Amino acid sequence: MWHPDVREILLIGFYNQSQQMSRFVDDMQRKYGIPIRYLQEYAPLGTAGGIYHFRDQILRGNPRAFFVFNSDVCCDFPVWEMAQFHSNVTGGNGYVILGTEANEQQALSYGCIVEEPSTHKVLHYVEKPETFVSNIINAGGYIFSPDIFQHLTRAFTANYENELIHDAARDSIDLHSSVLTPLAGNGDGGKLYVYKMNSGFWTQVKNAGHAIYANRLYLSLFKERHPEYLATNTPGGHEIYGAVRIHPSAQIDSSAVLGPNVYVGAGVVIGAGARVREAIVLDRAVIQEHSCVLHSIVGWDCVLGAWSRIEGYPSDLNPNDPVAKITSESLFNLDGRLNPSITILGQGVSVHSELIVLNTVVLPHKELTSSYKNQIIL
Amino acid sequence: MYLFPRQLGITITLSHEQEPLGTAGPLGLAREILEKDAEPFFVLNSDVICSYPFKKMLELHHSHGKEGTIVVTKVEEPSKYGVVVYNPTSGQIDRFVEKPKIFVSNKINAGIYIFSPTVLKRIQVKFMSLEKEVFPFMAQDGQLFAFDLEGFWMDIGQPKDFLRGMALYLSHVRQTSPERLAEGDSFVGNVLVDPSAKIGQGCRIGPSVVIGPNVIIEDGVCLSSSTVLRGARICSHAWVQSSIIGWQSVVGKWVRMESVSVLGEDVIIQDELYVNGARILPHKNITVSSPDPQIIM
Repeated sequence: MWHPDVREILLIGFYNQSQQMSRFVDDMQRKYGIPIRYLQEYAPLGTAGGIYHFRDQILRGNPRAFFVFNSDVCCDFPVWEMAQFHSNVTGGNGYVILGTEANEQQALSYGCIVEEPSTHKVLHYVEKPETFVSNIINAGGYIFSPDIFQHLTRAFTANYENELIHDAARDSIDLHSSVLTPLAGNGDGGKLYVYKMNSGFWTQVKNAGHAIYANRLYLSLFKERHPEYLATNTPGGHEIYGAVRIHPSAQIDSSAVLGPNVYVGAGVVIGAGARVREAIVLDRAVIQEHSCVLHSIVGWDCVLGAWSRIEGYPSDLNPNDPVAKITSESLFNLDGRLNPSITILGQGVSVHSELIVLNTVVLPHKELTSSYKNQIIL
Repeated sequence: MYLFPRQLGITITLSHEQEPLGTAGPLGLAREILEKDAEPFFVLNSDVICSYPFKKMLELHHSHGKEGTIVVTKVEEPSKYGVVVYNPTSGQIDRFVEKPKIFVSNKINAGIYIFSPTVLKRIQVKFMSLEKEVFPFMAQDGQLFAFDLEGFWMDIGQPKDFLRGMALYLSHVRQTSPERLAEGDSFVGNVLVDPSAKIGQGCRIGPSVVIGPNVIIEDGVCLSSSTVLRGARICSHAWVQSSIIGWQSVVGKWVRMESVSVLGEDVIIQDELYVNGARILPHKNITVSSPDPQIIM
C-alpha cells in the first residue's frame, strides 16, 4: 500500500484540534503503523501557506522529497507510480504535479496543465481559465523536493513587501499563483513535470453530496482490490446488492436489504425490512423497521422512525463521457428553490415514523415531526 | 351481473344511452320499464354515498302523495351545489337556487329522488336536465317535496371526496353493523376486508381502509385512508396513505404513496419509488418517482 520509504504523514489544516481528529489520527497510526500528526494552522494559510509555515517539520530528517495531496481529493492515488516517475523522469529533484483528464467544458473549472509530450514537462499552467487551454487538469497531488521552499520563501516575502495585501492575508500563500504558474515553462530550468493518472476515478469532495459519489467509487475499488472488506449475502442473513461495507459492530436485521453502494458505520442498528441504497450511514445511527434510505447521508446518532423515507437525488454523471467530473452546483436554482441533491441528516437528528424527508438538509439535533421536501432545516 | 339478481332476489335491467341524455332523458329512455305499473320508483345518482334510508323515504313520499320527493342534505358549503328552498313543516319545495352567492339555505339536492311514473310526462328522450328543466316546473305545480336526510352524505365524484365518503361510510358501518369490520393486532380504526383478501405479518392497516376481493397485502405494509380494489397487490414494507389502488395493480416494495394518488387498472409501481398525488392511467408501468402531483398518461 505505501511506498516503503514514506516515513511520516502530516495533516495540515485550519480545523480546530478536536477529540474526533485526535481519535482519527490515533486510529490511523495504529492501523497503518506509520507516524501521523495533525498540524493546526494559526490562521487560514491558503493552498501553500501551511506548507511554508511548517517547513521545519516537513524537512526534519532530510527527506529526499515529499508528497502533497489536497485532502478533498478522492482517487486511486498512484503513489508508487508518482514516486518512480519522480526518480526516473525528473532525476529525483524536480517537482511533479499529478494530472487527470477532464472534458473540455469541465476543464475550465480546474487548474489546466499543458504538457510537453516527450519530456512530460509542464509548459504552461493556468487556474480556471475562461477559454480552453488543456484537458489535463490539476488533480491536487504533488511531489516536491526540498528546493521548492525557495519559491515559497520568495512568495512569502513578496506578500510582506506588497502594501496592498492586508495583514490577515499576508501569511496566506496560493500554490497555483506562487509556485505552479511561475514554474511552468522553463522557470527554474524547467523543473515542473506532470504525471498523468492512467485510469481510475478522480473526484473532489466539495460538499457532502459528493461524498456519496466518492463512496461509490471507493467501494468499487474495494471490490477490485479487497473484496473481503465488503459484505456478502449469507443464507438467512440480510440481503446485499453490489458493493456494501458494513462495520463489524453494526447490527442488521436479517430481513433488511442493503446496497448497492452503502457504507454502514460502527454501532449502527438497522431494523426489520429496512432498505438502504446509495447511502452513507454514520456511527450509532438507528434505522427502524420498514424504513427506506436512498441517496442520503445519515449522520452519527440519528434515529429514523418506522416506515420513514429519507431520500435525495443522485448527482450522476453523463454515462457516455468517461472523463466527466462531478460539478459543484450552486445550492439554489434560478427560481430560488433548492437544487435536487443528496439529503443530509446532521448528527443526532431524529425523524418520526412514517415521514418523508426529500432533498433536504437537516442541521444537527433537530427532531422532525412532519415531512419535509426541498428545504434546509435550521 | 347474473350473480347479483340471484343473490338479492331482484331483476336488473341495463338501459344504455347511445348518446348523452343528461339527467332526465335516460328516464324517458327507460319509460317502458318504469311505467310497467303505477308504483313510484327511486332514482339514485351513482356518485353519491349515504345511509340510503329507503323505507323512510318511501313513507314520506306516500304521505304527501305528490309526484316527486327529493332527498336533501345539509352541507358546509352550499354554494358549491344547487340549494333547495322548502317549507320546513310541510316539506313542499318552493324553488331551487344554483350556486348562490349569498346564503339562502344550507340544504342541497343530494342526488336521490323518488318519482311517480306520471313524472315521465314531463320528460322526452333527448338531452334534458332534471334540475333545470323538470324540477322547477314540478315545484311550481306544488308537486315536489323534500326529504331531510339524516346522517352522512358525500358526493364521491372526485378522488379526495371518494376517500372522505369511504371514511364516513365506514363510521356508519361501525355504528350499525360493527361485526363487518376487521379486528386484530394489525388493524386500527374502521377497516373493511373482503374474506378472500390475504394480509401479511407485521402490517398496520387503517384507519379508514377498504380492501377488496383477492387483494394481497404483503408483510410490513402500512396502509391508511385508502381503498384497494379487487386483485391488487401491495408489496412488503410499502407505506400507502390517502390513495386509491386500482384493480390488479401492484405497488412495489418500500413504495411510499400519498396525497390522493389514484392508480387505474393494472398499474405497476416499481420498488422503492415515491408517488405523491399522482393520477396514473391504466396499464402503466411506473419506473421513476413522481414527487409532485401530476397525471401520468
